[in-house]
Amino acid sequence: MIVTIIYLVMYSIALLTLISLGLAVIFGLMKVINLAHGEFIMLGAYVCVLCTDAGLPLWLAFLAAFVGVGLFGIVVERLLIRFLYGRIIDTLLATWGLSLFMVGIITTVFGPQARSVPLSFGNVQMGGMSFSSYNFVLMAVAALMIAVTWAILRYTTFGLIVRGTMQRADMASALGVNRNMVYMTTFGYGAALAGLAGAVLAPMTGASPNMGQFFISKAFVTVIVGGQLPLTGTISASGLFGVIDGSVSYFWSSIVGEVSTLVAAVMLLRLLPSGITGKMRSGL
Amino acid sequence: MATEFASDAAKQPKLWWWGAVAAAAVILGIVPTMTDISLQLDLSILFVFMLLAMSMGFLWGYAGILSFGQTIFFGLGGYAYTILAMNMGTTGLPFLMAVLLPVVFAAVLGYFMIYGQISDIYLSVITLVVTLIFEKSMRSTSGPEYVIGTVRLNGQNGIPGVPGLVLPWIGDAPLSIAGVFYLSGGLVLCVYVGLRMILTTRFGRVIVGIRENERRMELLGYDARWYKLLAFMLAALIASLSGVLYAIWGNFVAPEMFNLNQAAQVVIWVIVGGRSTLIGPVVGTGVIQYLSNWLGTVGVGQVTVVLGAILMIFVLVFPRGLLPTLGAAIAALWSAKDRKGRGK
Amino acid sequence: MKLTRRNFIRTASGALAFVSSTAALTRAGLAQAEPIRIASILDATGGLNSYSLKQIKSTAMAVEELNQSGGLLGRPIELVFYDSQSNNQLNSQYATQALVKDKVHVVMGGITSSSREVMRPVMQKFRGLYFYNSVYEGGVCDRRHVCTGLVPGQQVAPLVEYIVKEKGLKRGYILAADYNYGQIIAKWMQKFIRANGGEDVGIEFFPLDATNFAPVLSRIQETKPDVVWSALVGDAQMGFYRQYEATIGKKTIPLASTTYGLGRENATLSADENDGVVISTSFIDSLPSEAAADFLKRFKAFSGEDDYVSEYGEYGYRGVMLWAVAVRKAGSPNPDDVIKALGGTTFEGAGGTYTIDGQTNHTTMDVHVAVGNRTGGFDLVKSFSQQPPSDTQAVCDLNANPDDTKQYEPEL
Repeated sequence: MIVTIIYLVMYSIALLTLISLGLAVIFGLMKVINLAHGEFIMLGAYVCVLCTDAGLPLWLAFLAAFVGVGLFGIVVERLLIRFLYGRIIDTLLATWGLSLFMVGIITTVFGPQARSVPLSFGNVQMGGMSFSSYNFVLMAVAALMIAVTWAILRYTTFGLIVRGTMQRADMASALGVNRNMVYMTTFGYGAALAGLAGAVLAPMTGASPNMGQFFISKAFVTVIVGGQLPLTGTISASGLFGVIDGSVSYFWSSIVGEVSTLVAAVMLLRLLPSGITGKMRSGL
Repeated sequence: MATEFASDAAKQPKLWWWGAVAAAAVILGIVPTMTDISLQLDLSILFVFMLLAMSMGFLWGYAGILSFGQTIFFGLGGYAYTILAMNMGTTGLPFLMAVLLPVVFAAVLGYFMIYGQISDIYLSVITLVVTLIFEKSMRSTSGPEYVIGTVRLNGQNGIPGVPGLVLPWIGDAPLSIAGVFYLSGGLVLCVYVGLRMILTTRFGRVIVGIRENERRMELLGYDARWYKLLAFMLAALIASLSGVLYAIWGNFVAPEMFNLNQAAQVVIWVIVGGRSTLIGPVVGTGVIQYLSNWLGTVGVGQVTVVLGAILMIFVLVFPRGLLPTLGAAIAALWSAKDRKGRGK
Repeated sequence: MKLTRRNFIRTASGALAFVSSTAALTRAGLAQAEPIRIASILDATGGLNSYSLKQIKSTAMAVEELNQSGGLLGRPIELVFYDSQSNNQLNSQYATQALVKDKVHVVMGGITSSSREVMRPVMQKFRGLYFYNSVYEGGVCDRRHVCTGLVPGQQVAPLVEYIVKEKGLKRGYILAADYNYGQIIAKWMQKFIRANGGEDVGIEFFPLDATNFAPVLSRIQETKPDVVWSALVGDAQMGFYRQYEATIGKKTIPLASTTYGLGRENATLSADENDGVVISTSFIDSLPSEAAADFLKRFKAFSGEDDYVSEYGEYGYRGVMLWAVAVRKAGSPNPDDVIKALGGTTFEGAGGTYTIDGQTNHTTMDVHVAVGNRTGGFDLVKSFSQQPPSDTQAVCDLNANPDDTKQYEPEL
């Protein structure tokens, strides 16, 4: 039973991290709330479906989704977001428009019917219980996403510039940093993370035009409760909700699990209105 | 930023404005005698949404508070009316209580947010999170154990068969379709005039002052938090009125009243119409609702593509909204003509 | 005959209508007569459109076939479309517009119970007639409403009899979507399982946007039931079948469902995931009958699509045809006349004989138990002939109370 609970909690945390990290990066580093985040996930899922349909191996499909949706994110940034910096509300509206637009376009192109990626991973036995092996792949990817993001921000020049821009955009500009470039890359990276998340989820959830809606509220609440620091915030909020959701869902039911995470979110926002990391001045 | 907003709002309205209001009232009065029921129903729901848009437009455009969660009060109002009316067997008292209950909730929520001194963007986001939480919670009440009084909450499906409003001085029967039309249309007009009047009072001038410069108003001795909370509650009142009317109009309430689509739709109405005037959101609602209604019957394929594109274009090209952009264009033409005239 | 752009015209209110080509109408001698109008209110867009799109086409196909064969009562039929965009408020608005402005003789459509419940009062208000072509939780007692789809009494009883009695899978774990349909069908499953000497060892509901089924998969393994019963609905919950196969597998614990296939899950999921799911339904594409094969052939010719049609696809056709029989019987398309003629109306359709039961305005039909195969379809296992809507009959008698409009919920 202990094994099961640990597994369920880890899995819940991994799921939340997957669907939230891209949103958190864009929000934390750029103060842009990307309401089309769910549709970026959806796009990633479609890329994964198309790639596996074309006979590519799954890991290559993941890579394609990461790169493809990342590039799409850069295009979106160039055509839409960059005109709206400093206008937080307008970016929110524009990305919401984008979200509607993408749902419509994908429905027109691929039809409303969900598409599948065949899951051929089988299961593993532990303590008399079987667990889907793919769920471990999913946890590994979530951990990898965190590790890579952390490494980029912590150890690369780009990360340094991004952190600097995030803390004092004016100062960074004065030091000759090309803000446009930083924002474009950051948005692209956030979109790429969302795309990867979608691709990793696709074998479990399939790809359908409206799937973004399954995730957006959850990702949104996680990021807001996490606060401004993309990594610390996402990890702490996913950790907290994952523990609650995983264990409560196991002992009671999925519905009670979901409701208790929402109650926890409300209580936390009452105590820390700007999120867990809202008061932290620096960090990742 | 400040130039985006109208600056003459605090002045007493001019005579032509009263004329326009009177004309609108007359038109409202004669429409049901000249049109079929279906059009009256379409217009009634438009009026209901116009109220909702005005509640957000007022709060955003004049008090500078962007609440994404006006749907909180919209939904709460609708549900409160439904539950009270079905339990009590009357509709008059439930109507009043349902309009006021969400205001109490707004006071609590607003107190935590505004007195908690959280930043503007977080206020927007928290209101959105709260409405999503309401939606989720209402959706998970399908089981027979979720009953208030005699009313099953019914989860996802919502509550059908909401009783129509009975006004004792009109008769024992619930309001007819034309009655609902008059009620909702009349309320749009009243709320519009009421808000316009409020803006000329001291309260109105103070909230506009806070929007322009909160620090300065506090230094002048006004408690900005108190005024902001009052504005938030006033907007909640209008939104819950809209929710109650929605329940009366369609005889149903459902968790969709709280959802992201509904919340975002309100923002679209306001942004398309323009938030710097009170009438902007009203016009925006009309345009967008007509469009989505019409698109649904003409078979263009995916309605969302069109709506999404409109939203992006407006944010990029006409960020001030339809009416202010039109106004500015007309003003520009006018002055150009003027200069030309003088040049001769 | 193929569906082309020329078949569409605008009505006076601006709505899009489907009409047969003038040539076809002239051939049938109908070009001059005043058309009879049908409204079809379905979700071409929004989250529910995967249930609607085939139904929209089969509704148009039924109209086309009626027009080709001489129309109804010597008049052509015109079909007015409304896209309710998966939004109940539009269902309410369009139902009113259809009756008041477009003056239709019957309204067809609505997928969810909530969309039906907002349209039914409109029918009362404007004395319309409404055909609800969908599977639902049963219990609606309203003479202006006709349900041509399955209700729990018809659908669950045969499935339980097959699984519990014939297969001997007694201990069942029930999973259902968390809304009225799921809640009520789960109760019926409990009732029938117990009545057949089985046992329900677990019951659980899921929000419609649930995507994580790991907790329940663990609990199922700990409870070790003989069979898992599913009444899960929609795209998100389709993920359950994938995760089930990846974790437990139908070879270990079989899976039976009342909803699998409605959203064309079989055409979406992989061969492994589809293989072995036991369902009960009133129509599958692979029904070994002349009528089914012929229907599929005509649908493909008409729509130009050759993928899986599904029960919901067939419902649209069935609804229009049953209504047409009632109109002929009544000798008039006016709702009140048709309502009087509804009882006993019979149509030989693709899934067998459909007969409207006058006591409840629900439909008696054949129920087929089938098993998912490796080619994205189902293999017929057993057909249960002419199942009456017994659950609704137990609570509803329109002959005795013609003014009833309630939806009853079973006391179990």
